[in-house]
Amino acid sequence: MPDRVTLFINGKPISVPVGSIVAAAVARSYPSCFHHSVHQETRSPLCGMGACFECCVTINGSPHRRSCLTLCEEGMEVLTGA
Amino acid sequence: MPDQRLNFDVLVVGAGPAGIAAACIAAENRRTVAVVDNSPWLGGQIWRGIQTKTRGGTARHWLDRLQNSDVQIFSSATIFASPSANQLLAETPDGVLEFKWKKLVLATGARELFLPFPGWTLPGVMGPGGLHAMAKSGWPVAEKKVVIAGSGPLLLAVADGLKKEGARVSLVAEQANWSEVMRFGLSLLRHPRKLIQGVGIKSRIIGVPYHFGCWPVRANGSSQVESVTLTDGSRSWTVDCDYLACGFHLVPNLELPRLLGCAVSNGYVSVNEFQLTSVPDVFCAGEPTGIGGVDCALIEGQVAGWVAVEAPDYARKLFGLRADWHRFRASLHQAFALRPELRRLATPNTYVCRCEDVRLEDLSNCKSWRDTKLNTRCGMGSCQGRICGAAAEFLFGWKNDSVRPPLFPVRASSLAGKTDALPEITAEPNISSPT
Amino acid sequence: MNPTFDIIIVGAGIVGAACAAECARAGLKVLVLDRGPVAGGTTGAGMGHIVVMDDSEAQFALTRYSRRLWHELRPDLPASAEYDQCGTLWVAADEQEMAEVRRKEKYYNQRGVRAEVLDARAVAAAEPNLRRNLAGGLRVVDDGVIYPPCAARYLIESAIAWKAQLRTGADVRALLREGGVVMADGSRFSAGIVVNAAGPWSPALIPGLPVRKRKGHLVITDRYPGQIHHQIIELGYLKSAHSVGTDSVAFNVQCRKTGQILIGSSRQYNEEGTEINHEILERMLQRAFEYMPGLAKLTVTRCWTGHRAATPDKLPLIGPVPDNEKIWLATGHEGLGITTSLATGKLLTDLLLERPTEISAEPYAPARLLQTNESAPEPCLTA
Repeated sequence: MPDRVTLFINGKPISVPVGSIVAAAVARSYPSCFHHSVHQETRSPLCGMGACFECCVTINGSPHRRSCLTLCEEGMEVLTGA
Repeated sequence: MPDQRLNFDVLVVGAGPAGIAAACIAAENRRTVAVVDNSPWLGGQIWRGIQTKTRGGTARHWLDRLQNSDVQIFSSATIFASPSANQLLAETPDGVLEFKWKKLVLATGARELFLPFPGWTLPGVMGPGGLHAMAKSGWPVAEKKVVIAGSGPLLLAVADGLKKEGARVSLVAEQANWSEVMRFGLSLLRHPRKLIQGVGIKSRIIGVPYHFGCWPVRANGSSQVESVTLTDGSRSWTVDCDYLACGFHLVPNLELPRLLGCAVSNGYVSVNEFQLTSVPDVFCAGEPTGIGGVDCALIEGQVAGWVAVEAPDYARKLFGLRADWHRFRASLHQAFALRPELRRLATPNTYVCRCEDVRLEDLSNCKSWRDTKLNTRCGMGSCQGRICGAAAEFLFGWKNDSVRPPLFPVRASSLAGKTDALPEITAEPNISSPT
Repeated sequence: MNPTFDIIIVGAGIVGAACAAECARAGLKVLVLDRGPVAGGTTGAGMGHIVVMDDSEAQFALTRYSRRLWHELRPDLPASAEYDQCGTLWVAADEQEMAEVRRKEKYYNQRGVRAEVLDARAVAAAEPNLRRNLAGGLRVVDDGVIYPPCAARYLIESAIAWKAQLRTGADVRALLREGGVVMADGSRFSAGIVVNAAGPWSPALIPGLPVRKRKGHLVITDRYPGQIHHQIIELGYLKSAHSVGTDSVAFNVQCRKTGQILIGSSRQYNEEGTEINHEILERMLQRAFEYMPGLAKLTVTRCWTGHRAATPDKLPLIGPVPDNEKIWLATGHEGLGITTSLATGKLLTDLLLERPTEISAEPYAPARLLQTNESAPEPCLTA
């Protein structure tokens, strides 16, 4: 059973321990920007538990996915900055 | 058609301590039981990460009990509607589940209260519980300077937890005054286990300044938080940080109870001695009935479990212990009451609604939550008013009682009672991938 | 001691607001009362379409007139009103509906409203996210959409700028025979004329008024800019709006300036509550997916309901109640309240001041539905 997972954040591969959330992977590659607010300011998770929706990214083509509640999977494609 | 139609004697919503306790009791008494949680984990917020711990302890005990039982667990399943009596719909990443239940236990927990202040939208400003939970799931905190601020005993538990993950916690700023917290601390003498926990925490975080009667006035930084300015009402000072973990205690997750018509009073779900709500066969346990912490939640969950399997005498045996924890809960509530200065932190330019970028000055003509939604976009974003609504209630006293499905944003197909499978028509979908 | 007003308008929705603006501009002393906030009723719940419809000559005349008034008002509207002249695309699913499209095209153009027939390919080009194999459609380029609460607020503020007064949180309990209203707290306001613009709640003030509540559901998605370019309506919408007995759904979407997609529509009688009816919500969404399959994958942020004010003949009530020149009506606009609000305000004011009206007000006269006989509905009057 592998103890690390490789996924792609904006096309760049990143390796994280199994059990990491996508938000953690994004933080390890792009610390600040998960998405942009209505007035185009960069935003990052606030609540860490699925209530605030500031952690939303696009995962495997589906937008508005809460990265704080999603476990990293091998080969996942994550796009941030929407 | 939902993907699966599932019937259970007892359905438990929320896999935190209260939910796990209720589920175990019910399953051990030969009921068919399901636990539904919108996260991929068991344990809720407070027991995040217990699945990887191998040591003993209360959390491990209950998790083992759960996993040794026949409880069916549905993770990453978000309850979003109750189209008819005794029916709940949940969205999963792949489709929709329909649950039918005979008894329902609502153990939906709580979330942190965020109050707006200048700079609170900077990346790196997070809830203490949220940061701690995410750190347990890989969020980078090692060697990061963290200032913890806001209110509640959670701040100390988070300081302890983050230190264990390698963070450099520079200080804990509690807005309540020393005298209030001291009184609360003394009340712990009646709760030995909490005291031991508290002493344990304190010994590990010796060296971390724990300031009372002070609160943040501004988070500073350009593209992310770089420092926080704190005040005690007379002087202000600035502390550098990589993260500002700031939360003002907890607010209960009432959306599902309200949707089902459960009576709410003083901001919590009303329950009788058997943890029964005003809706027949619907129980509520843990934080939604009052912020009391993990021990309180465990007792309440067990009471609900026993009553759900029609063994109220076993529930009664727990009433004494529960009463103790309710006294603890009451002193908790009193000790960490939020000071009025916190209502004046936001400047006209500060965002109150983060989802829609609505500033405090945009709300100046609004007199109620309804007014706000008619005149501004406040509360109309993805969080459905969870963050800004709780803040607005504290800032202005606006109550937001109305709840409609979907309880969380869901795919349109889920709301239409279907999976993503297309209806029977001749054409292919040609909507381009939305950004 | 309460001041005397020329006009009291009960209801600060878009119709009441438009009436207030016109009356105040004409120099009348106006008081607007609403038990809730401005636009807190039907106006705050509806889709803000500005659309010319041809269910009848009278409906066409009113919507055409009012749409022109929106065009004239447009430069003065604030950005928050989100006026968007995106045009309406009526879509036809089959040849039978295409015949209807061609009839409409002639009808509209003969009456000076620009409309063009689109064949299947042109519809697909106009709206790539509609399902393929639609038969075609009708594009009415000068139609648009607006954000109703902010438009209503703008009209109220115009009225106030012309010295009208507004009281929100003001619950009117009864109308006075001699002119004026009684409030829930017992206080009174006297006026020359009271206008009942209370939409679905109008019958509370005039029992027996032939206005019924017609419930609708709406769904709004997260932001998906660029997916929809027009307001899109299936031709079956007219059948749905026209039907009297049954619950019905009809495909109708519009794109808000935020990029959020608003999906409708449903119609139900005898549903007084505001809670979501899942069965009809599901039918409505499934109908929408039939026309625009990709909608199924979009994230829905919110659903809500509202009640339209429906009359038996699908036309609003604008004018005095028979036998009592002190009680007037501006209500019963069903799904066209936003569109026809401005024309209602104009007609009402012209009638009040005995000025010539730009279109005939006959078809909307309350007398047509309220008979002056013993079974006539009496306003809730007190001496």
